[in-house]
Amino acid sequence: MNISLFAAIPEIFVTGMLVIMLLIDAFIDEKKKAVNTIWAILTLIGGFVLQLYVFIPGKVQLAFNDMFILDAMACGMKLFTYLTGIIVVLYVKRYVDDKQLLKGEFYAIFLFAILGMLVMISANNMLILYVGLELLSLALYGLVAIDRDNVRSTEAAMKFFILGALSSGLLLYGISFIYGATNGHLQLESVYAEIGALMKGHVNNASLVFGVVFVVAGLMFKLGLVPFHMWVPDVYEGSTLAVTTVIGTVTELAAVVFVIRFLVGGLALLGPQWSIMLSVLAFLSLIIGNIVAIAQTNIKRMLGYSAISHMGFIAFGLMTTSVEGLSAVIFYVVTYVLTALAGFGVLLMLSRDKYECEKIDDLKGLNKSHPIYAGILLLVMFSLAGIPPLVGFYAKLKILEALVATGYIRSAIFAVVMSLIGAFFYLRIVKVMYFDEQDSEIIVADNCILGRSALVLNGLALLVLGVVPQQLMVACLRFITG
Amino acid sequence: MTLNLLNLLSLTIWVPIIAGIVVLFAGKNDNLARFISILGAIAGFILSLIVYLQFDANFSGVQFEENYPWIQSLNIYYHLGVDGISMPFLLLNNFITVTVIIAGLKVIKSKVALYNSMFLLMTGFMSAVFCALDAMVFYVFFEAMLIPMYLIIGIWGSSNRVYAALKFFLYTLLGSLLMLVVLIYLYYVSSDTFEIFAFYKTPLTMLAQVLIFIAFFFAFAVKVPMWPVHTWLPDAHPEAPTGGSMVLAAITLKIGGYGILRFMLPIVPDAARALSGVMITLSLIAIVYIGFVSIVQKDMKRLVAYSSISHMGFVTLGSFLFVGQYLNTWALQGAIVQMISHGFVSAAMFMCIGVMYDRVHSRNIADYGGVATKMPIFAAFFMLFSMANSGLPGTSGFVGEFMVIMGSVQTKFIYAFFAATILIIGAAYTLWMYKRVVFGEVNNKHVASMSDVNFAEFIVLFLLAFAVIAMGVYPEMFVAKMQTGVKDLVMEVANTKLLIK
Repeated sequence: MNISLFAAIPEIFVTGMLVIMLLIDAFIDEKKKAVNTIWAILTLIGGFVLQLYVFIPGKVQLAFNDMFILDAMACGMKLFTYLTGIIVVLYVKRYVDDKQLLKGEFYAIFLFAILGMLVMISANNMLILYVGLELLSLALYGLVAIDRDNVRSTEAAMKFFILGALSSGLLLYGISFIYGATNGHLQLESVYAEIGALMKGHVNNASLVFGVVFVVAGLMFKLGLVPFHMWVPDVYEGSTLAVTTVIGTVTELAAVVFVIRFLVGGLALLGPQWSIMLSVLAFLSLIIGNIVAIAQTNIKRMLGYSAISHMGFIAFGLMTTSVEGLSAVIFYVVTYVLTALAGFGVLLMLSRDKYECEKIDDLKGLNKSHPIYAGILLLVMFSLAGIPPLVGFYAKLKILEALVATGYIRSAIFAVVMSLIGAFFYLRIVKVMYFDEQDSEIIVADNCILGRSALVLNGLALLVLGVVPQQLMVACLRFITG
Repeated sequence: MTLNLLNLLSLTIWVPIIAGIVVLFAGKNDNLARFISILGAIAGFILSLIVYLQFDANFSGVQFEENYPWIQSLNIYYHLGVDGISMPFLLLNNFITVTVIIAGLKVIKSKVALYNSMFLLMTGFMSAVFCALDAMVFYVFFEAMLIPMYLIIGIWGSSNRVYAALKFFLYTLLGSLLMLVVLIYLYYVSSDTFEIFAFYKTPLTMLAQVLIFIAFFFAFAVKVPMWPVHTWLPDAHPEAPTGGSMVLAAITLKIGGYGILRFMLPIVPDAARALSGVMITLSLIAIVYIGFVSIVQKDMKRLVAYSSISHMGFVTLGSFLFVGQYLNTWALQGAIVQMISHGFVSAAMFMCIGVMYDRVHSRNIADYGGVATKMPIFAAFFMLFSMANSGLPGTSGFVGEFMVIMGSVQTKFIYAFFAATILIIGAAYTLWMYKRVVFGEVNNKHVASMSDVNFAEFIVLFLLAFAVIAMGVYPEMFVAKMQTGVKDLVMEVANTKLLIK
């Protein structure tokens, strides 16, 4: 019985701060709600620092009767989560004030979502993974619906909730089969060992594979892979921009780690089975994501489809099941989140009060009025399109390398052809900003200096990481190898 | 060997890039931006000139080598060096940038800083492409180049610029992405290295060679451009601003030709030998058919764009002429000379059209006539460049074409026969256009109000004219430098590297 809680101190801290925040929020008057923002940032910074303090390099720490794990991947990805969370708060602060979303305890729900992600990243047990996922999902349903007078938000929240509940059901159903087939194990490493023993005995493992199918379906829903993608464009479009930012960036980090824990941590020996499924889903996602994105006029919706296609790339990386492939996946998701974050940051900057910058035409002539923001969005678009010397290129390169190394050359060719199609709609954004004349004046709402400098640094990071990606690559490899 | 304490190649690459970034932040102060850009461009040119002068023509292999680890996780090394094949391009590239920046001084009035900085970035990127000895360094800069070019065409182009910019970007991206997969494949088969010269030594089966050949074909043939993947060029050129057209024609196209020499021939020599007939046929179609197409063009820039395709047909023709297992040395040198010469001549042609366009705002041949009476100095320059474009002896245009035709006689007479028709067709389209634009009566008030070239334009035209004549009269200054490099390439391609399972 391991009842040490040391490894979970950051999570416990975040929970404590959250409870205090709810209390403060209940007793504070309307005008002083801004304190919530500061409290949220403090919570995240505190979590970040504690995480650094708790982690012992080279050692795997367990807590809560081994159901909670703190290894290199958990620590690294949680640090990224805190960091992205802080940046998200800086970006959305002014937007949330303007749209008067503070009434709905935006930050409290946001922190619950973060907590859910932290649990998902650190879970070492299928049920804990599920608990983390539900904590995250419920918070996200709330966030999507937070602008409750907005019909589209409500619709999106409803869709998200129903489909999300369905996929959670699928996941649980799959877990129950695995539980049965492995003689009642949920702990990831015992599931792994049990499957190993089963495979040796050549017993009929149909129920195991049956379970894996459901698990993969449930997981892929969370990643938003075709054909489980229906919620993605609607939720991206329907949510207020602040919530789209949360769903489109920081959530992806946790989702990918979640999938790695499940498939590689627990079900690695069934790799041949699930990698076929992933390859089909990746093919479909790259096709649908890239082609349908071309037809979009709404940037949020377009970014939704773009997210689907990027997840397709990630699924290709997972499919290889090699160490290179998995470290490429981690690298991909970290850089994708960084890139998407800068993109959403600019859009948040351009939205104000009653006005939401969401039509592609809203960006017309941005270069003329705000060359710096246009420049950042240019870097974002070229990075998403995978053009060197931006960091998005190396992400794609690493995935392609992993594919070629494991003999999936045709998949690699397919992926590059699809990213060519993808380049088309990213370039269209650049075209609108740089080549078109503006027809209405673009007003940039004044954000605090911290938010603006974070945005500029974020934009530059895409370029800097594109020139010197070495350190990040090494770090991502270490997350996988431990 | 020469001293290389200064990392000359890195300087040649990064000085323009850094100047470009500085210019970008010069922002609203147009004159400051212009001043810094000229300084940057000239500094780049001087550096490349130093490299050129210090280059030891008799030394076989690469010179001015620099090799530092860049991204160790992917085994990518920042590995630079020049040999006889890349040397002339480095010089050409930096030379053209100087002329482009000077040409844009007066003409470009909106977003001056952005315009100049894009060209400086382009120069640096393209220098890096020519110097790269690591395939991934090559690829990174090869692709990075697309970003400034996309913006140049899209922002400063004329009416249909958006379509042209997008077409340019996607066409070239398609080719390069396929090449990326090939490079990754080669990385694994040549035991985890991106060194281009290591790729040369990797044995490959015929099937692999042919597939790699096709991927490289897409990457480089689109850039050259070869018939039938040329259609982006006539759209991109007319819509690009003068400077954009000059760089595009003079250097970007050359990257295609350079890629064929650096990657395609030595990495898959057996496939190249087997498929040389196809490549020669495509080249001859480009030379003859596209030559005829240019005769009927009504738009001057389109005409020169088509004539570029036709001239670049000589480059691909010269690159794929084999005598037995050996590449034809004459033709190969001719191809390189043709590339350099076409760099000068096409840049000059686009400059001339740009000079007229700035005054009349039309590219239609029908809108002109009698320019000679209003702009005598300009007409003289234009005459010279038209002659060079049609391959008159004494100009640079003649040398390369002559060498390639000579080479093709050795391979097969019929190739030479078709190739030689360029001398007639080329004269037909260029001189006919010249006649309609420059001679005759002044036919409208726009032409009547034209003034002769100003100082900046004169400088640019003079520099280009000097280069065209110098190369026509004394081609040895380039040929001598490239001889050893060409010989090395011929020997490399002569060996079979077929892997028989």
